[in-house]
Amino acid sequence: MRLEYFEMIDQVTSLDRETKRIEVSSVVPQESPVFEGHFPGHPLVPGVLLTETMAQASGYLVLGLMGFTHMPFLMGVDKARFRTFVGPGTVLTVTASLEHEGSGYAVTKARITAEGKPICDAELRFRIMPFPEGMDGLMRAQAKRIGLLEENV
Amino acid sequence: MASTFETVAGIISETADIPREQITPESHAIEDLGIDSLAFLDIAFAIDKAFGIKLPLEQWTQEVNEGKAPAEEYFVLKNLVARIDALVAAKQA
Repeated sequence: MRLEYFEMIDQVTSLDRETKRIEVSSVVPQESPVFEGHFPGHPLVPGVLLTETMAQASGYLVLGLMGFTHMPFLMGVDKARFRTFVGPGTVLTVTASLEHEGSGYAVTKARITAEGKPICDAELRFRIMPFPEGMDGLMRAQAKRIGLLEENV
Repeated sequence: MASTFETVAGIISETADIPREQITPESHAIEDLGIDSLAFLDIAFAIDKAFGIKLPLEQWTQEVNEGKAPAEEYFVLKNLVARIDALVAAKQA
C-alpha cells in the first residue's frame, strides 16, 4: 500500500467470475505521512482509507467482470463498520462480492480481515460510466501492476 | 399484499426522504419530487431488489436524451409502475 498515493491494493489473489468475487492482499506500510496526523504517537489507518481499500477491491472486481469496458465510480457507502484498529505492518486480506448488477450501477459487499479477524465491512455502490478519454489504458496498467492480468479480464 | 405503487412510493419516501403523502401516481419523480440522478439509482436498486427485476435505466435515459421518448413516459410514477409490472410479468412468463 502507498497510502499517500491512494494505491491501496498490492496484489490480486483471485478473481472468480462464477461467484463474482475478488480477493486481494495489501500490507500497511511501516511509515507514511498519514500516520503523522492519524494519530500523533499512535499510528492507525484511517477508516476512510480502509473504505477506499474496499472500494478499490470492488472497483477492480467490476472492471474485471465487465472486461474493462466501463469505469465504476464510488457513489455510496452503506452499513460501514470498523471493528478493529489497523496499525503499520498489518497484512490485510480484502474480499468483495458483486451483490447486484443494475443498469448503470453496481452494488458490492466488501470486507477486510487480518489473520482471519474482521477489520471492517461495508456495502458499496458504484455508478458505471464510460471511461473518461484516455483513462482505460491507465486503469489497465494499474490492474496489470497488481496482478489482474489481461487474460483475467 | 401492497400494490406496486404502494411499494414504489414507500421506497421513494424512505430513500429520498420525501413525505409519503406528497407522492402520488401523477408525481414526476424528477420535476415534482426533485429526485436527482444519483438518488434515482438508489431507488432503482431498491426497486430491483423488491421486485427481482432490472430496471433498464440506461436505455430509458438514452431514449429521453435522444428525444425518442418523453421523460414522463418513464418518470411519472404511474408510468414507472406500469413498466415495473410489465417487467415482473415478463420475468414470470
